[in-house]
Amino acid sequence: MSELGIVYALLGAAVAVFLAGAGSAIGVGIAGQAAAGVVTEDPNKFAKVLIMQLLPGTQGIYGLLVGFITLSKIGLLGGGAAAVDPKTGLLILAACLPIGIVGLISGKYQGMTSAASIGIVAKKEEQFGKAMLFPAMVETYAILALLISILAVSAIQV
Amino acid sequence: MAVMQMQRFSICAMKKERKAILERLQSLGVVEIDNSLVEDESLHTINTMDSRQVFEKNASLADHALEILDKYAPEKTSMLDSLAGKELVEKQVFEKAMADNQATMGIANELVALDKKIAEQNANALKLQTQIDALEPWLKLDVPMDFAGTEKTAVLIGSINSVMTLEEILTHIGTHAPELEAVDVQVISSDRDQTCVAATCLKGQAVLLEETLRAIGFSRPAQIVRKTPAEQKAEYEKQIKEMERQGENTEAQIKDYASSREDLKLISDYFRTRAQKYEVLGQVLHTRQTFLISGYLPKSMSQAIKMEFEEKYHASVDIEEVAEDEEAPVILKNGAISSAAEGVLQSYGLPKKGEVDPTKVMSFFYIIFFGMMLSDTAYGLLVFIVCAIALKKFPRMSAGLRTNVKLFMFGGISTAVWGILFGGYFGDVVDVVAKTFFGYTGATPIIKPLWFAPLENPMKLLVFAMALGMIHLYAGLGMKGYMCIKHKDFVGLISDVVSWYMMITGLVLIFIPTDIFASIAQAHIVFPSAVNTLAKILAIGGALIILFMSGRDNKNPGLRIALGAYDLYNITGWLSDVLSYSRLLALGLATGVIASVVNQMGSMGGSGVFGIIVFILVFVVGHVLNMAINLLGTYVHTNRLQFVEFFGKFYEGGGKPFEPFQANTKYVDIKEEK
Repeated sequence: MSELGIVYALLGAAVAVFLAGAGSAIGVGIAGQAAAGVVTEDPNKFAKVLIMQLLPGTQGIYGLLVGFITLSKIGLLGGGAAAVDPKTGLLILAACLPIGIVGLISGKYQGMTSAASIGIVAKKEEQFGKAMLFPAMVETYAILALLISILAVSAIQV
Repeated sequence: MAVMQMQRFSICAMKKERKAILERLQSLGVVEIDNSLVEDESLHTINTMDSRQVFEKNASLADHALEILDKYAPEKTSMLDSLAGKELVEKQVFEKAMADNQATMGIANELVALDKKIAEQNANALKLQTQIDALEPWLKLDVPMDFAGTEKTAVLIGSINSVMTLEEILTHIGTHAPELEAVDVQVISSDRDQTCVAATCLKGQAVLLEETLRAIGFSRPAQIVRKTPAEQKAEYEKQIKEMERQGENTEAQIKDYASSREDLKLISDYFRTRAQKYEVLGQVLHTRQTFLISGYLPKSMSQAIKMEFEEKYHASVDIEEVAEDEEAPVILKNGAISSAAEGVLQSYGLPKKGEVDPTKVMSFFYIIFFGMMLSDTAYGLLVFIVCAIALKKFPRMSAGLRTNVKLFMFGGISTAVWGILFGGYFGDVVDVVAKTFFGYTGATPIIKPLWFAPLENPMKLLVFAMALGMIHLYAGLGMKGYMCIKHKDFVGLISDVVSWYMMITGLVLIFIPTDIFASIAQAHIVFPSAVNTLAKILAIGGALIILFMSGRDNKNPGLRIALGAYDLYNITGWLSDVLSYSRLLALGLATGVIASVVNQMGSMGGSGVFGIIVFILVFVVGHVLNMAINLLGTYVHTNRLQFVEFFGKFYEGGGKPFEPFQANTKYVDIKEEK
């Protein structure tokens, strides 16, 4: 039974990467549609709307971050996998949940906010600085989740 | 920490000097015209709308001509050109272009006409192409489409609007008109909408045949062509070729005008600046002999302007202080480093009347936070070098871009410093290269961090980030206190600033010796009992001041206490503000970890020649991507910490930017004579 530990731990890394990554993909997709619309009208705004589109992309990176820390924790990166008992494996899985779930949800909503902010840039280009803030507000919660995931994963003794 | 002091000016002079004065003011570009405060019935404005519109139309005509030139004879541009800024042009060159404006506008008109011609030719060619498409089903017909028959026979050419085979048609004729003799039907083509047929019969029976065929949906073709379809198609194709040739000619004609590009740019700017001058002229107030302009200018310029205009144009110049209730436009004035952050402040909002300019304090924290979030020595140096080269190579970069590039340059230095402290050099590239290519097996990291590696002790960095956040927030509160002192609002100072300092400091001192803090900071701190008592006094004292003083604008004592209690609730705001600084840790870790992932992926190719090539490819692409996305994140979140957490404590913004009357050109800058 003791082999199951590493499976749980790897499942944790997978959950972090795939949920947060999916959130970012949804968010960047939503914002990208709005951005493409603006560029058809005014190609000069390309750089600004591209930045807006990228804002919901960070959740995926946070997921990758936690996934990577988890992999290196259980020794899957350096070759020999550490002996992880099922309890530790489940602990790691639990630690990975915050960034996965919050990443998925906040990625989607940040994308929607980004799309709205792209609307600001389309009409009032000079308000770019303020427009950028609204999506950044949503991201706060992804950062908080990331924080807890990182702290938890690094605190678990393998 | 300064906003430039503004003064109001008014220039009154004789009408004959009007042109000279306006042109001088425009070329100086240091005054903002605002006549809205002058109230006098006897003064009148003149309507310049018509001339202004003519100039604006000319400017946009020249712009349009330039667009056409760019379409057919594109200028060679590179990504870097957008950094270069506007070209500097000698005044003589500009004046010469001004003198030639008729000829240049002629060229602009010609270009627009040629562009229209190309569009028409394209439309015609398209029309011919649709006609060719309509001919396609008939191509196998070897007689003209209006061929009626020979001496004895009649030929019916047309289409049946359904798919029918020859047998089906002949069967139909045989059953419905058996009296028809000697009928010959040829199916020329058929597709899913129609069947094209040519039917031959004796002349006398043509009507009968046509009626019989009509019953199955026969109709004559809409397009009557007097030649055989194949000949006609060849002719259309010839015409299209001819049009294409003409189109190429027209394009060549447009390309010949490429040399006029510079003139068009100059003339566009010339008309643009004249339109701006006429806009101001429309605001100038007149009497019969004199005119009056008033507005704002920086105090430092006022004496020089007064002297010059009184002497040169015999004008009467009045300078006065800005009245209490007036909202003067704002120019920021900061030192070399902090002025780089002015762009950030502008994107939030300039200080309104009575607020201080927070740029200096903000720029200090901005650069620190920026570096901490990116925190990689190599990335920092790269950012620094790229920005420094751009600043050096393009001295005429537009002002807004320039401040931002400068800000990133300083941010780069800070990034490099944090990188050394945390031991990040393209992540862990030194270790990975040493292990993969040189067989290094010793202890890692090879380059030890000067302070500590964040991934090994994230809690330590978290506590540090929040401590930095506390300092930032205290600085913000301090700015509020500074404004209170400046406005001599000492009650406000005690009840809105000092009270919060007391309460927060007290609470922090109570929190530090607790077990929760010990588990976070991994160090148990014990204060002497005097400090513990002091902490309680501070916290309770501060809370009491807030409770009783926060709602002091309200006469009703019950409501006043209620408002105070509500304000106490803001303590949760402080908690979330401090937690928000954890992004310093999260983003810093993100850069380092992704850089490590890139290095790890690069090293998977092994240590041979192939491995080296893989490594270099992955290294370049991966680190460029990582740097780009983390720069974006760093920029956004550093801004957020300033805008939401820091400004939230004291700053509103909403000041009016100074918009001087000047030549706002699009393509060139005109070199002024001194």
